[in-house]
Amino acid sequence: MVSGGVTKFAKAHPEMDFRLMCKNAFDRARAEVPNLRLDGIDGTRISYFSDHFTRQLKAASMVQDYLGLNPRGSVRIEWGGATGGECFQAAYEAVASGRMDTCLAIGFETMSRVATWKGNEFIALASDTNFDFPLGGFYTGYYALMVMRHLFEYVRRAKFSHISDEREAQRKAIEYGTRVMAKVSVKNHRNALYNPYAQYPKNIDVAGVLGSDMVSYPLTREQICTMSDGAAAAILCTEERAKELTDHPILIKGVGCGTDTMRLADRPFGKVLLMPHEKPSDYAHLEYPGVHSFRAGRSAGLEAYRHAGIENPGKDLDFIELHDAYSSSEIQTYEDLGLCKYGEGYDFVERGDAFLPNIDYGFPVPRAGTIPVNPSGGLIACGHPVGATGLMQAVFAFWQLQGTIGKHFGSDRLQIPKAKRGAIHSHAGTGSSVTVTIMEGK
Amino acid sequence: MCAKELKKTSRFTEVQAELERTGAALFVDKEGSENLYIRSPYTIQYIHSYAEDSPFFLGLAEGRIRGTRCTACQYTFATPRGHCQFCGEPTQWVDLPTKGKVHAWTTCHYGSEAFLKETPYNLVLVEFEGAKSLLLSRLKDCGEEDIYVGMPIEARFAQEPSYSITDLWFVPAPGSLKK
Repeated sequence: MVSGGVTKFAKAHPEMDFRLMCKNAFDRARAEVPNLRLDGIDGTRISYFSDHFTRQLKAASMVQDYLGLNPRGSVRIEWGGATGGECFQAAYEAVASGRMDTCLAIGFETMSRVATWKGNEFIALASDTNFDFPLGGFYTGYYALMVMRHLFEYVRRAKFSHISDEREAQRKAIEYGTRVMAKVSVKNHRNALYNPYAQYPKNIDVAGVLGSDMVSYPLTREQICTMSDGAAAAILCTEERAKELTDHPILIKGVGCGTDTMRLADRPFGKVLLMPHEKPSDYAHLEYPGVHSFRAGRSAGLEAYRHAGIENPGKDLDFIELHDAYSSSEIQTYEDLGLCKYGEGYDFVERGDAFLPNIDYGFPVPRAGTIPVNPSGGLIACGHPVGATGLMQAVFAFWQLQGTIGKHFGSDRLQIPKAKRGAIHSHAGTGSSVTVTIMEGK
Repeated sequence: MCAKELKKTSRFTEVQAELERTGAALFVDKEGSENLYIRSPYTIQYIHSYAEDSPFFLGLAEGRIRGTRCTACQYTFATPRGHCQFCGEPTQWVDLPTKGKVHAWTTCHYGSEAFLKETPYNLVLVEFEGAKSLLLSRLKDCGEEDIYVGMPIEARFAQEPSYSITDLWFVPAPGSLKK
């Protein structure tokens, strides 16, 4: 990767349609590599999630057209919430296969074109329309179901086994777990205070997160990402070409992708897919993935780690930008990606490993800086214009690894010192598809 | 009609209100440029086929919950599917009990536009004796404070079928509510 560009994510961009948003993101990326002429781009991979939001089929053709890249090759990528991550990997494959020397990955979403609850309906159409959608199709509801089981498996059983009244024990587990989840939301909102691209930076505290509107119990509004308009672009090329274009290219070291059933109800109850540093006895009694964990995330992580030669991700990675559409799914993803074992996600938050050492969160974070997660603010604070989101992560990770956060954010506060290797993680519909990409600097 | 007659506003919510009223409005952004919005309705009457899932929905109209069982590996799916997700072999229809347990649950206080008027509603993933996978449904006649994982529940069926998954819902089994 030699360059990236992002538009500010916003509730609405009335002054730009999707073509101009993409043009802006593309021009920002081009400004960093002045030696790259338009005819030096061999082709594109273009991503957006929903034709319903766009109400324009073949919108990717209009982006290609507007950027002045006809008649070169292009493909539209769609893969639910993981659309941006898939687009990035598709561009990587175009280059790695030798088909192109230089490929542009660019994505967008314009979600402001319908009211928020209509937008939720469009998103819920990415659930089974026979069995799931008509019951009250609502993604926050689906993720709430998943975290309720996660709380039952790991918190009720591990921390409240001394309470014999089942209902009361589960209530205590939910109360404890949601306080921990709220800390993730505080982290991401407060990190974003130093990211000028973020849509919802906020100096919020745990009480503010828990006191916001209840959306789907136990998820409150401040634990959920929002609808956004935005675009993001990444330029990928061969190593030889990269050296001609920039002094600071970033290597795509590993790619992984995993999938799971569309319906939550179909998820199997089998054995855990083990990380190299885990053993079967760690999970002797765990039925996996059930609805408590994202098997696709684990599968994607395993493939990417193998490809990149990573044995222990918690030690071998310096940071992760992951798909925190919900505070709960960030915790579930720590476990999928092997930052801690299954069941240790809540303790992992309390230990503070995923927090930044130089940000005040209003509560102690003893091990801050061990492996910062979503230093940019993630989806919860940056927004989630679906087709752009995974590419936004790639751009933020690229800047981290280049050491250019200060230049791009106007402050060094979110720069992770000596960041050498990072991961980005893009995730679709209750974990039905996930990508993980490992990026490495010099 | 010329552009001067259009309402100009720098508030996005006012744009939405104006579109409802007149069908067009000008949004004035921070730089002072005027961006024209119009109302653009989009409705579809979709011809939806249940195809191989049809027996399940016909079963609901008879007060039956029908799952499927793999003819090769015998895995039983509470949400039916025509072919097994593990071995790819065809499945056959089996009747499931009309009693089950809550595997996971939530109460939705907001929802998609189509369901906003029904909020709050409870969603549950249901476990059945004899089935290995789950079924998504609504849990009625109880509130957020009553529900827990493992709670025994019973099926109810619509008197007049609409041939939708909403023809089936669950209620707490007798004696399972908090006193």
